[in-house]
Amino acid sequence: MRKAGRIGFVYLSVFIALLLTVMPMPQLVKLARPDWALLVLMYWTMALPQRVSVGTAFFTGFVVDVLVGTVLGVNALAFAVVIFVVAQHHLKMRNFSVVQQSLLLGLLLALYQLLLFWLSHFLTGVYFMPQYLWPVVTGMLVWPWLFWLLRRYRRQLKIQ
Amino acid sequence: MNQSYRRGPSLPLRLFLAVVLSAGLMFLDRYTDSSTQLRSYLTTAVSPLFYVASLPETLFSGASEQFMSQQAVLEENARLKETLLQQSGQLQLMAYLQQENDKLRALLGSSAAIEGERLVAEVLAVYSHPFSHQVVLNKGSKHGVTEHQAVIDDQGIVGQIVSVGPASSRALLISDNTHAIAVRAERSGVRAIVEGLGQWDVLRVLHLPHSTDIREGDRLLSSGLDSRFPEGYPVARVVRISQDASQPFMLVYAEPYARLDRIRHVLLLSKLQQAIDATDLVTQEQP
Repeated sequence: MRKAGRIGFVYLSVFIALLLTVMPMPQLVKLARPDWALLVLMYWTMALPQRVSVGTAFFTGFVVDVLVGTVLGVNALAFAVVIFVVAQHHLKMRNFSVVQQSLLLGLLLALYQLLLFWLSHFLTGVYFMPQYLWPVVTGMLVWPWLFWLLRRYRRQLKIQ
Repeated sequence: MNQSYRRGPSLPLRLFLAVVLSAGLMFLDRYTDSSTQLRSYLTTAVSPLFYVASLPETLFSGASEQFMSQQAVLEENARLKETLLQQSGQLQLMAYLQQENDKLRALLGSSAAIEGERLVAEVLAVYSHPFSHQVVLNKGSKHGVTEHQAVIDDQGIVGQIVSVGPASSRALLISDNTHAIAVRAERSGVRAIVEGLGQWDVLRVLHLPHSTDIREGDRLLSSGLDSRFPEGYPVARVVRISQDASQPFMLVYAEPYARLDRIRHVLLLSKLQQAIDATDLVTQEQP
């Protein structure tokens, strides 16, 4: 029962990430907004792969679809695929330094953006622009701080 | 299952399930009509999240209004009074023209244009995803919002309502990739279709042959032929034309009048007026 209470904190952090995803921002900042929900999920998958993995990612991606207004299922699929990769390699990724992790996450974030683009291109015929890849860069820059923050959060609240 | 550490075989299976499910969702959303209703429910379900997310901004703008100096308020007041005076001056003429127009319509035997209800709405959230240009408005079916209503701001057409919840609704902007609107060039009367590109400041005018009479700076007004948007509202201004003889059509780009990236208050035009505008058009074709 205690454990059931603890997992609630994980969902709380995901919820806050979703809020950040839709928070109104100036146009310039918005274009470079990191994919908060995906980054937070990546952390939890690395830390607690037996609790947070593809299922949670799929559901969160679905909520992002609803919030953002993309075709339903596009973000759900991209989230699931990226988190699947993280869950498969969580033991290796845990051993990397934070800088190495953020480089690797950069690749995964790029994979996420490309999946999103391909699916949207296929479904609605969007055109590619290089500035779509800004979230990858900001995501990589944000990762070390987010990692530190979430690790403190996890240890303080003893989430496992 | 969560406690088990033997999660080897189940992970790919879970991925497989997720892929199948999301493929089903995509198909449902893109190729069937049932998703509109579903989306309305979902929009309603997540609308509290939008309220919470826009809270900091609301607080900030509230605070900045609180601390505005009296001098600034007086200046703004004076400026607003001046605009009001100018606009009501123009409206006097407008009333006369309206009357004259109604008489002429009566002579032609076509139905008179009835002014419909207008509803002011505030933008709760602008979703900035490059693949979907949409805004969430703070008016919903409770206030009489329906799907396909046209949305305008003080400069021109912004977009149309695509899904409605009880207290909020979602509008698709004209700059969205999936959006197109029928227009007419004000100067030459050329009809065309303007399509969004997923960029805030550029739209594309489609399928204009090389011989078309169109110039940079031409105003494009909604033509009403799509029977979604009422006739005569400004949409965009032509900014760039590139003639490439190897292409079947001219490449024409236009800039929307509405400031899509910084809209806060919008006007929803009611369905009634649009329906009448559309029927008028049929009877009112030029000789």
